[in-house]
Amino acid sequence: MTGTSPDAGPPVLDLRGVSVGYTDHAIVHDVSLQVHRGEVVAVLGANGSGKTTLVRGMLGLARVLAGQIEVLGSPVGARGAGARIGYVPQRHTVGGSIPSTVREVVSSGRLPRLGWLGRMRAVDRAAVQSAIDAVDLTDLADTDIADLSGGQQRRGLIARALASEPQVLIMDEPTAGVDQASQHALGRAVVRLVQLGVTLVIVTHEIGPLTGVVTRSIVMQDGRIAYDGPLSTSMLGPSDGHAHEHHVHDPADPTGRATWLSPTVGDR
Amino acid sequence: MAVLELLQYDFMRRALLAGLLVGLAAPVVGIFLVQRRLALIGDGMGHISLAGVALGVLTGTAPVWTALVAAVVGAVAIELIRTRGRTSGDIALAVLFYGGIAGGVVLISLSPAGTPANLNSYLFGAITTTTPSDLVTFAVLAGAVLLTTLTLAPRLFAVSNDPEYARAVGLPVLGLNLLLAVLTAVTVVVSMRVVGLLLISALMILPNAIAQLLCHSFRASLVVAVATGVVVSVAGIGTSFYVNTPSGGTIVLLAIAVFMLAALGAALRDAVARRRHSMAERHHHHEHGADCGHTAVAHDDHVDYLHEGHRHAQHAGHYDEH
Repeated sequence: MTGTSPDAGPPVLDLRGVSVGYTDHAIVHDVSLQVHRGEVVAVLGANGSGKTTLVRGMLGLARVLAGQIEVLGSPVGARGAGARIGYVPQRHTVGGSIPSTVREVVSSGRLPRLGWLGRMRAVDRAAVQSAIDAVDLTDLADTDIADLSGGQQRRGLIARALASEPQVLIMDEPTAGVDQASQHALGRAVVRLVQLGVTLVIVTHEIGPLTGVVTRSIVMQDGRIAYDGPLSTSMLGPSDGHAHEHHVHDPADPTGRATWLSPTVGDR
Repeated sequence: MAVLELLQYDFMRRALLAGLLVGLAAPVVGIFLVQRRLALIGDGMGHISLAGVALGVLTGTAPVWTALVAAVVGAVAIELIRTRGRTSGDIALAVLFYGGIAGGVVLISLSPAGTPANLNSYLFGAITTTTPSDLVTFAVLAGAVLLTTLTLAPRLFAVSNDPEYARAVGLPVLGLNLLLAVLTAVTVVVSMRVVGLLLISALMILPNAIAQLLCHSFRASLVVAVATGVVVSVAGIGTSFYVNTPSGGTIVLLAIAVFMLAALGAALRDAVARRRHSMAERHHHHEHGADCGHTAVAHDDHVDYLHEGHRHAQHAGHYDEH
């Protein structure tokens, strides 16, 4: 098993009695949650259960209506916090009307490290390159990102999040609709991040491929935390109406539907 | 000598310099507007600026400065209305734009110095109207626009490319969007003499539309757009001198001609690529390899195989004609 065991220091993510929503309408209610360094947390739940809203609250993209959220010891949105938190949005495609290469898009992920007027230096360009290498897009680095497949574009977005060398990485549905090759590339990247001690929060429908790395799972139901603990088959009992949403996957399953996060992938 | 004849007039030298400044600044600001899919916002600012120009004409103040104030105030208002994202925002923008142009037309007609010819030159550009003091103002404003935009280009790129991500990582999204709006407003004013308030938006957009057809990276697009902007403005002003046409219209027609050529070129390029692909596919009946009997030829970063007088190159699971 790869990975660092969670340490007992101050929490990386600290949510106390938090309600999150848009305008004045709360979607997530009264959530308290501490995530420590090195944890790999899967946020599960049916559509509309509030998982995406919860992580958007952590990123300052949804309104915190009650309680407080601290990321790495500072309130959400504090100046300079952006470099330490990476975000991979729930989206397949990137790019506006003007062509932009993978490297140009990934470089924009380095900006939080550069302050107001700082320019890219050699060390920044190296960080961008290693972020691109980490998701296996090295050969496509100077291609227009709009010409890539959905899975490759998604890897580009992960590289963008990695470019600032974040301590926490929040990914929203990183595997949804992604081709096999991209799943493998994502898997290698995630295992490497775990080894580096990066804390991961992954919103997902498919827990299957994650079983090897996830250290903790949170199941959201109707905007509240319904389960918080290790992945276990008990939470998939027949009484659970959402069982089909997150089938725990046996890594030895010969059908091997998706092995993108199983430990063997990282050994390559 | 034709070119020398053009340069012996003071007004032409000023017009050409003003055109050069516009050609540089408009595409640089425009690339971020196109990226944000706000291609028409510059048009609205031109409308609002007309009210500013009219106020200047009416009160005897230099119209460049009153236009600048109107455009900047309008730009900030537009951006704030857009940020609110309400459905009524669309209507609010329409009121602002048409209020600007209607107010401008009415105010100019009330002013003793205002004539229809005068109005036309503000709307569509004229080569004889750039005064020496205008030129100094334009140079300072265009310099400020270029310096600010190029310094902040990576941040403006990030915000235009993915505003939500930019917000998540703590970039000042509203601040950068307001700044881009103000830069657009200033560019509109710099362009009011030679391109005209109704046509300036075209010079922000068309060079970038051309670059978008020809380039594969943002940086290359920026370079191509600026080069195109400079060439069409200067050439358009020269043409307008000889053919005696309004400079703004001439510049924009030239830009459209270049755009059509670029679109044609890009279509031909894609057709050739498709043809080479399907030619190779059609009579491809085996996997080329080190011992397939076809002569291997090194070609840049890959190997082609000689095949009945063609060269085949493997490309993502199939063969292309090289």
